[in-house]
Amino acid sequence: MLLKELTELNGVSGDEREVREFIKTNAKDYSDDIKVDSMGNLICVKKGNNAKHKLMISAHMDEVGFMVTGYGEGGVLKFATVGGIDSRILLGKRLIVGDKKLEGIIGGKPIHLQSATERQNNVNMKNMYIDIGADSKEEAEKLVSIGEYAAFYSNYSNLGKNVIKAKALDDRVGCAILLDILREERYNNFDLYACFTVQEEVGLRGAEVVSYDIDPDIALVIEGTTCSDVLDVEDYEQSTILGEGAALTIMDRGAYSNKKLVEFLYTNGKNNNIPVQYKTTTTGGNDAGKIQTAKGGVVVASISVPCRYIHSPVSLMSKSDFDSCFKLVKMALDEFDKNPELIDSF
Amino acid sequence: MFDLLKKMTQITGVSGNEEEIRNAIIEEIKDKVDEITVDTLGNLIAVKKGKGKKIMVAAHMDEIGIIATFIDENGFIRFSNIGGVSKYNAIGQKVKFNNGTMGVVHYEQKLDDIKNLNLSKMYIDIGAKNKEEALKSVNIGDVACFVGDAVKQGDMIISKALDDRCGCAVVIQAIKDMKDTENEIYFVFTVQEELGLRGAKTAAYQIKPDLAIAVDVTLTGDTPNCHPMEVKCGKGPAIKIKDRSIICHPKVKNLLERAAKKINIPYQFEILEFGGNDSGAIHISAGGVPSGTISIPCRYVHSPAETASLTDIENAAKLLVESLNYVEND
Repeated sequence: MLLKELTELNGVSGDEREVREFIKTNAKDYSDDIKVDSMGNLICVKKGNNAKHKLMISAHMDEVGFMVTGYGEGGVLKFATVGGIDSRILLGKRLIVGDKKLEGIIGGKPIHLQSATERQNNVNMKNMYIDIGADSKEEAEKLVSIGEYAAFYSNYSNLGKNVIKAKALDDRVGCAILLDILREERYNNFDLYACFTVQEEVGLRGAEVVSYDIDPDIALVIEGTTCSDVLDVEDYEQSTILGEGAALTIMDRGAYSNKKLVEFLYTNGKNNNIPVQYKTTTTGGNDAGKIQTAKGGVVVASISVPCRYIHSPVSLMSKSDFDSCFKLVKMALDEFDKNPELIDSF
Repeated sequence: MFDLLKKMTQITGVSGNEEEIRNAIIEEIKDKVDEITVDTLGNLIAVKKGKGKKIMVAAHMDEIGIIATFIDENGFIRFSNIGGVSKYNAIGQKVKFNNGTMGVVHYEQKLDDIKNLNLSKMYIDIGAKNKEEALKSVNIGDVACFVGDAVKQGDMIISKALDDRCGCAVVIQAIKDMKDTENEIYFVFTVQEELGLRGAKTAAYQIKPDLAIAVDVTLTGDTPNCHPMEVKCGKGPAIKIKDRSIICHPKVKNLLERAAKKINIPYQFEILEFGGNDSGAIHISAGGVPSGTISIPCRYVHSPAETASLTDIENAAKLLVESLNYVEND
């Protein structure tokens, strides 16, 4: 499991180089063909035996993060978020900034200097800044250019026996599972396309391009998804439960998963003693939203690892859920290889 | 037309779950077209073959509805919307699941202010005593449509799902009444329009038509104190000029207007400030397709009591038939 290395790499949407290079290095001995397209999507192909079908498994390489947009007085950096981030979690967070990988923190007006009305509300993001310890605007300009990226700084660690804390579990978990699948035995009855996409967090952009190129028969999107089984959240709003298995999306804002495929995954998961659960909310979206309507339409489903505090530097996942997702993907691919006529049945 | 409309509107076919309505439409048209296929997403594509221009006609089969997301310990069902469901319109409505189970939609009584109403504070009551009993009828992922009988009153029809079963009925009628033409016509009954024009996009990609005409409902500006809009029920089918998804191609707008004048039916022009339709996806698919829409004026769209003029719907069918021929002479 390469998850530790994958999550500690930085790859904010639009600058996925580091992640892509790492994946390429680790995939090349297990792929017949590796290609990087014009947007930066990484496509690893493992051919079948004169196979008639194309199966796509996909995960996105990018994580949410920040971009430097300007300079403030005294040597601080102004920034914008890249992808969806709750601004209320930002104050005091550690970042790695720019190509020079400088450490910085997100600062704002301290509470003892806020007025009574200011204290009623959260600090507005436009009043926050990144402090890299520069003395002056001139020094800051020399160290970091406008347009450079910053990512959360957070190490991969274990919480208890089963839980992992890391940044970017969304969607390095998907990347890790794809790599594990590539290392498995070759499939005969379909060509396997493992697609590591870019810019999912800013609008599913890589997926739109790559799915047009490949036009698969079936696409399985492997993701990290919301998990809110915590205090003060009603049970019907929890979305997924940590530890209860691979989460299947029935419908989200981007795609209505193929019903027969979801049923197949759930039933066969249960029959093979793989923990599975349904995602019980319909908010959010992922690469399936663009893949499903590529060309003449694609059969899609999403299989996700539940992640608490997703889109934060401290997302949590359960190791057993990660295993369940891997097992479910492998089970599906094994079944399709054993019975290739299944592929056209959805 | 009322009988066809009654049949079409009362079938359950929420976005993503169009099987039943698709089968019903196949029954209506199967002996009247050269070829029928169902594509990956479930679009129903019926072809009348020809050597002339390729014309795509589109009406969407899907209606808005709800999806069960959670069954609680007391047998009440939490749900999410499929398509644009108005939370206020939903209060007190009956819903019907695919297996026939009926439920009532209501909101948590302790809601402090109705302005804070949200679908997450609403639930469906199917009269189950507890979770175990509820699960015998409804599971996570089960889908329901709103209940709204089709009623004829004078020239008006009142029913759920006029959006867009009346479009489907218009297309079915056009298939039945079509005159001979050299053109190759693709009659597409699309899926998942309410979720973002998804079926239309992939259907257009496959067909690569020379021209497209969608048939869908539009709003009206003829009810008390309503948002100003020129379109009125009873003044004829509307020729769409623009909505949020498309600025209709003048070629199509003009051909529809010429056709309407030729067969001497009332017609009107339509600009819809909010909302989209299948031609929005078609016109930017497959390298670009000149597209437009025949709109049926309809009050209370996305409610269980949509209301439209039967004469408008009949005239829309006549307009569609005439325009399919008219293109040939262009």
